[in-house]
Amino acid sequence: MIDGLARVEHAAVSLLVSLGMALIGVPLMLTLYLSVFDEKLILFPPHAYTLNWYKQIPAIFGAPIWTSLQLGVTAVILSLLFGVPAGIGLSRHRFRGKTLISTMLLAPITVPGIALGLAVYIVLVSIDEQTGSAFTGSLTGLVLAHVMITTPWVVRLCLASLATHDRTAEEAAASLGAHPLRVIWRVTLPAMRPGIIAGALFAFVISFENLELALFLTSPGITTLPVAVLQYLEYHIDPMVAAVAVAQSVGIAILLLLLDRFVRLGRVVA
Amino acid sequence: MTAAPHASSLSLQHLVRRFGVDTAVDDISLEVNPSELVVLLGPSGCGKTTTLRLIAGFLAPDAGDIRVDGSSILAQPPHRRDMGIVFQSYALFPHLSVARNIAFGLEMRRTDSAATKARVQEMLRLIRLEDFAARLPRQLSGGQQQRVALARALAIHPRVLLLDEPLSNLDAALRQDMAREIRLLQQSRGITTIMVTHDQTEAMALADRLVLMHDGKVQQIGSPEALHLRPKNPFVARFIGGSNVVRGRIDASARMVLRNGLAITLAAVYQGVGAASLAVRPDSIGLGVPGQGGARVEGLVELCSWLGATVEHVVRLSPDVVMLVRGPGLGPDAAPRQPAGTRVTLHWSQADEFLFDASDRPVPASACHFQLNAGVQ
Repeated sequence: MIDGLARVEHAAVSLLVSLGMALIGVPLMLTLYLSVFDEKLILFPPHAYTLNWYKQIPAIFGAPIWTSLQLGVTAVILSLLFGVPAGIGLSRHRFRGKTLISTMLLAPITVPGIALGLAVYIVLVSIDEQTGSAFTGSLTGLVLAHVMITTPWVVRLCLASLATHDRTAEEAAASLGAHPLRVIWRVTLPAMRPGIIAGALFAFVISFENLELALFLTSPGITTLPVAVLQYLEYHIDPMVAAVAVAQSVGIAILLLLLDRFVRLGRVVA
Repeated sequence: MTAAPHASSLSLQHLVRRFGVDTAVDDISLEVNPSELVVLLGPSGCGKTTTLRLIAGFLAPDAGDIRVDGSSILAQPPHRRDMGIVFQSYALFPHLSVARNIAFGLEMRRTDSAATKARVQEMLRLIRLEDFAARLPRQLSGGQQQRVALARALAIHPRVLLLDEPLSNLDAALRQDMAREIRLLQQSRGITTIMVTHDQTEAMALADRLVLMHDGKVQQIGSPEALHLRPKNPFVARFIGGSNVVRGRIDASARMVLRNGLAITLAAVYQGVGAASLAVRPDSIGLGVPGQGGARVEGLVELCSWLGATVEHVVRLSPDVVMLVRGPGLGPDAAPRQPAGTRVTLHWSQADEFLFDASDRPVPASACHFQLNAGVQ
């Protein structure tokens, strides 16, 4: 009886797991399948298979990929510079306006991307009008906008990694003669390492995949990968886009696997 | 205890620290002699940990001064105070090996590497963990981690050693070993030490002097013996030795009458006292049978527990008053066990009776009164 119940339970769990896997896996597998169709239009069944689409990626999307990489890396570095000290400050000190600052820092996560993009666009255009600068459509403008949406992730993960960290270790370091800055360098930052790495990773993925902000802020010379894909889709419906999507997914998956060797991501994100 | 040549003195002068409307530390003064181990004892929230944090410099006092060897250290930030601290949670650096943990303070002082190495070796020997130098803290047991924390604090030759509940995370068997170890180390090095604990036994075992705190105030300072034998107020009597404390009024025939009408015959006469508190330690009360002379009060045994070395009786005197009675459980002097439901009388001698007046000050006995006792019977 109990045995039967356990078996039913086991079956139910297996079923749910397979459903979940299917939900995630089927679209990915379909994309992978589509990306090797040797067709100008997406026709089923294809008359042949080819890896040609992948070969064309550098020619068509090389420049946007390069832009997205530069943008992502710069945004990550800047958001680490702002986010890590902000995380330490917010978790370790009490000061006036702390709630306000923490809300402001985390808010961009909750605002719809398209609204954020429009807002940034309007601000940049007005700055350009007033000062004669050219932020709109420049890489600088894009970087600033991306830092806004990547910093919250860095702050959040830093806060999470400090929440479980025993504060008395910092007091112990101080009592042993460590100046406050050395306490941060020798004790706090090492304790935050998994959070910082995970935060940087999230920030990069968020920046690399962002479409909404970039829609408003790219210009003919400077186009990010998601915008380039969208523009391509306006004129072509061929398996090219699937190939780009697969390439991007594989790239990010490799990044995750590499990082998992350094920090147990499951432990940081959970 | 002899003072080591370089041992420091510590002086707390009228320290006050408030948190909002709460006064966590309320006018605390204390002189700690070189090489002395003073224990701050009290229930949680009594201000003992706040006092320790004030000494360490993690908190600033609202008033008062802290002096080491006569000069104020208030202007010095924690990292310049030369205090060795051992925390309840050990607070080891999780990413550094045992040796690197111990070396941390020396590295901060830019001690040259040969000297650091020698000092780390000396400390490892001291705590008998020479073979564990390369381990990470999480690979050690709780007791081992606590020893590393102690070695790390001692490595810097601190002027004062501060111990914050150093034993409360250890299991009971280990706690006694560790307490002995701390005491031996402290004595052999002659290091001036302040320890905070809520555990009375631990405090008694380690302290040269005890500071009993309650509500941010010092209740009594003295040797463990002094606090045990001469409590200054009912709180001290209850906390040290777990005295039974009852409140009432002294009537004309030198009895203590509780609010519910229960009368307790006192061992001594106290003149000019109205409202008062009576404190008697459980281990100074003897049990007898009704009808015997010299009884202070009568009651009904509610619970009898034999704990090996001791036997404890819970005796109900009236619906809302119970007293705990403790006697030896083994040997020729073993107290007879009285089953629940037995009517018993309680006895104690004048020396074991502590009376406090309405403002909780001790009242000395005016005269012994055997005659009066007889009259009441």
